[in-house]
Amino acid sequence: MPTVSSRGDAMRGLAVFISDIRNCKSKEAESKRINKELANIRSKFKGDKTLDGYSKKKYVCKLLFIFLLGHDIDFGHMEAVNLLSSNKYTEKQIGYLFISVLVSSNSDLMKLIIQNIKNDISSPKPVHVNLALHCIANIGSVEMSEAFGQEVPKLLVSAHASASVKQSAALCLLRLIRTLPEAMTYAEWASRVIHLLNDQHMWLTAATSLIHTLSQLSPGDYKGCVSLAVSRLSRIVTSTYTDLQDYTYYFVPAPWLSVKLLRLLQCYPVPEEPAVRGRLVECLETILNKCQEPPKSKKVQHSNSKNAVLFEAINLIIHIDSEPNLLVRACNQLGQFLQHRETNLRYLALESMCLLAGSEFSADAVKKHRETVINALKTERDVSVRQRAVDLLYAMCDKTNSEEIVAEMLAYLKKADYAIREEMVLKVAILSEKYASDYTWYVDTILKLIRVAGDYVSEEVWHRVIQIVINRDDAQGYAAKTVFENLQAPACHENMVKVGGYILGEFGNLIAGDERSSPLVQFNLLHSKFHLCTPSTRALLLSTYIKFINLFPEIKPTIQNVLQNNNQLRNADVELQQRALEYSQLSSITSQDVLATVLEEMPPFPERESSILAKLKKKKPASVQVSLVGYHSPILAPSLLLVSLTVQMSLIRAYFSLFYQPTSIGYHLALFSPTYPLMHKTPVLLFMFKNSGVLFENALIQVGVKCEFKEQYGRVGLFFGNKTGNQLQNFAAAVSLAQTNPHNPQINVATQKEPPSQIDGGAQVQHFINLECISMFSGSPNLQLRCDFFTNYPAPQQVTLKLPVIINKFMEGVDMNSGDFFSRWKQLGQPTQETQKIFQARHPIDTEAARTKLTGFGMCALTNVDPNPENLVGSGIIKTKTSQIGCLLRLEPNKQAKMYRLTVRSSVGEAAALICSMLEEHF
Amino acid sequence: SCINMIRFILIQNRAGKTRLAKWYMQFDDDEKQKLIEEVHAVVTVRDAKHTNFVEFRNFKIVYRRYAGLYFCICVDVTDNNLAYLEAIHNFVEVLNEYFHNVCELDLVFNFYKVYTVVDEMFLAGEIRETSQTKVIQQLLMLQNLE
Repeated sequence: MPTVSSRGDAMRGLAVFISDIRNCKSKEAESKRINKELANIRSKFKGDKTLDGYSKKKYVCKLLFIFLLGHDIDFGHMEAVNLLSSNKYTEKQIGYLFISVLVSSNSDLMKLIIQNIKNDISSPKPVHVNLALHCIANIGSVEMSEAFGQEVPKLLVSAHASASVKQSAALCLLRLIRTLPEAMTYAEWASRVIHLLNDQHMWLTAATSLIHTLSQLSPGDYKGCVSLAVSRLSRIVTSTYTDLQDYTYYFVPAPWLSVKLLRLLQCYPVPEEPAVRGRLVECLETILNKCQEPPKSKKVQHSNSKNAVLFEAINLIIHIDSEPNLLVRACNQLGQFLQHRETNLRYLALESMCLLAGSEFSADAVKKHRETVINALKTERDVSVRQRAVDLLYAMCDKTNSEEIVAEMLAYLKKADYAIREEMVLKVAILSEKYASDYTWYVDTILKLIRVAGDYVSEEVWHRVIQIVINRDDAQGYAAKTVFENLQAPACHENMVKVGGYILGEFGNLIAGDERSSPLVQFNLLHSKFHLCTPSTRALLLSTYIKFINLFPEIKPTIQNVLQNNNQLRNADVELQQRALEYSQLSSITSQDVLATVLEEMPPFPERESSILAKLKKKKPASVQVSLVGYHSPILAPSLLLVSLTVQMSLIRAYFSLFYQPTSIGYHLALFSPTYPLMHKTPVLLFMFKNSGVLFENALIQVGVKCEFKEQYGRVGLFFGNKTGNQLQNFAAAVSLAQTNPHNPQINVATQKEPPSQIDGGAQVQHFINLECISMFSGSPNLQLRCDFFTNYPAPQQVTLKLPVIINKFMEGVDMNSGDFFSRWKQLGQPTQETQKIFQARHPIDTEAARTKLTGFGMCALTNVDPNPENLVGSGIIKTKTSQIGCLLRLEPNKQAKMYRLTVRSSVGEAAALICSMLEEHF
Repeated sequence: SCINMIRFILIQNRAGKTRLAKWYMQFDDDEKQKLIEEVHAVVTVRDAKHTNFVEFRNFKIVYRRYAGLYFCICVDVTDNNLAYLEAIHNFVEVLNEYFHNVCELDLVFNFYKVYTVVDEMFLAGEIRETSQTKVIQQLLMLQNLE
């Protein structure tokens, strides 16, 4: 007969201890009390060998409490493990709790713990089994996955296990799968797991979570769950709240299970069988209908759980995206929520509508709520709600409403929370560019952005406005006039000075006819800001000044005075000093013709995606995705503008060097300096389809390349040509591997001999590099060049190039017939082995051209394999020293939509992803 | 692909004292402490006019305040807000019934039982059992075990 004190819920000593701790008046007193207790427990554990289970449990529990207060515990682990082998539930429970909270997965005791769990998991007592399962799930280490990956599934489908055990087993298994997917062999029992959805017991929330995860891992094996999930859902939504007694929550039948089922269905495309599809549509309609019925309770729990189901149903409707009627109804329902008194509902409606705005069927319905959304922007108290309103306005923006939306966003920007300003600036910049019918509006908007939120206008934004002005003749005069006006404000943002400086330097002549903006006025205006600016802006202004000398010869003396002022020539900033010196020399030595050539108007920028968009995508991947249809994928052009500006400057310098030897005051030619880079650096990916070409060239040096590859071996020939009359000294060319583990290199490099250390003027030298691919890699090795151009200039110049050694160079095509291809295709069916991209065709869709590209890439373009002759299939093997990686590819064009779907499968998932991303740019 | 699961559950009082911390992801001790402090800072500044959801790092916190206690669940941004909001309430109702009008002190003195309640209702970052009747039955059965 147990005494009262040993009953489960009464550990008097523990309660007393907790009270003592709570009564401590200071941290010191608390520490003292804890140390006393720790000493006491330590002596009990050490001294009395016959400590009974109850005491052990009590002390272990005290230790746990002390740990949770934030103190380190360095003993008691063994006693906790001992509790596991007790027959008493309460003792076991405390043992397991201590272990779950406190024992790290690399503990020495883990073997012992696993042994105890093994005993309990096969115990006839369901409560013991559950304790063991919960412990496995709570720890969830790789070791647990290996130890129990085979045991737990048996419980799940066992005929004897109770519903409670199955519930725990399902989630325990889910945890093990997340930890170590490969430890499970679940394919063969897929159908048994799927049929859990038919189970009578309502423990299905757990089972559905498991099936959901399995479906994500191997959709093919589990697609049978779709029809079962639909019928289960149908039974729930058509039931009355009395049908599902225990599982009805505030008059809503099984809300959590419904949500889970609806999420599960979003793993799959809309069911093809008409009956299943019809039933699903009926379910979704019923859920929408229920929202119109009068509420069965006024409690918020009722409406929350009903709406939890509704929002998930709307997610599914958006996922299906082929039922216009449902999409519009969903939109109308959300429209009602936009005005609801519950902040939560307004927030969620805005969020959900953002997705509806991306569907062609509901986009118009969303736009009807523009005014309400704008109003939300003005009146909502919670910043996160306002943020959702911004997202939605962005998503619903089109040609017809862009001016209003942009104006509202600009107005809001003035008082917007700091946290969201940068993102809003990006959004305004993108919308005003995307929907500009008139570039004066665009220019006004960006300048207003700089005025209102100058600090949040990133480089990408102000670079972009300059690019656009340069590319659009019709915007230039207006831009010059407007920046001039903006610069007249007594305090204007530095970004305004940058934009103003650049634009006036290019197009100041367009407004110089007006005496209010005569050359001298323009110059004085800009120069009045000069001293307030940071060095980078000053450097830009100096470039503007030299451009002014060309545009307005009449103010040349004034500008030369400024350039030759000691403030510039002896500036502590080397960059400013150098520019001032070079520009002043350039202006005094060269003829007007030469000056005009060197300082010619900037050529148009290549049309490409705005880097702003790339930035926004990076910031907020989820919410912008929807509305970006029509934009191409990002091309990295972070500061295109600066590059072209500096290119022009290096031109000036190169030109200069033809006439002048370095002077004693330290003029030097920055051959490779990062601030004055490159005339021409071929992006390494252009070598994806070819093996030779010019890798790099500027006025002084040319680097050519010619490569050969066979199996895992490569030979790279480099040709360095000195284009000047002077000798390049201390020349060095070193190959280094980017981001590789030095102990485990992906490429081995052996150079036959060192490159020559000098290159005579006008001469070309060769240098060969042999390499071997050890294992799969991404990117390319670096080639670092350095040299001293002038003997009397001490600092070496250097530049880093990418060698055209790309993974596809080690690929060999493999010819095969249709049967072989598809059986291998099927074998590579794990989701991790496949990467798929759908994208807009960048070139006219032409199967022959695509075939040539694929062959150039290294794959064998297979004929008579795909039943659809428009589709292109290919196969190849990447040969590395350590492994051979099979890769299969399928390219399916959609001529009407001018889109491609590219699917790559490979035994190595990374390879599939890499090939897919390399190729998508090229079709 | 995207995993949707509970990353952690926290119960904290207004002063920032943790009354329960249940982690479903591996965090080291310093990281846990940081998360606890950040969550406290994020939720306590919000008032009744705010939503019960707040973005948090790459996740979101769904939370509800009961007297001086904040119940917070950290989930992935695409997960269902209202389902977790009501999961919190469901949990609180179970605590209330199990401890007969639960108060903060019950959670302090019976911290080891609170873990049992959590494990009955949430496991491996998922919702395990949603029926209050079933959970209470199970808890009472366990209560009577030796």
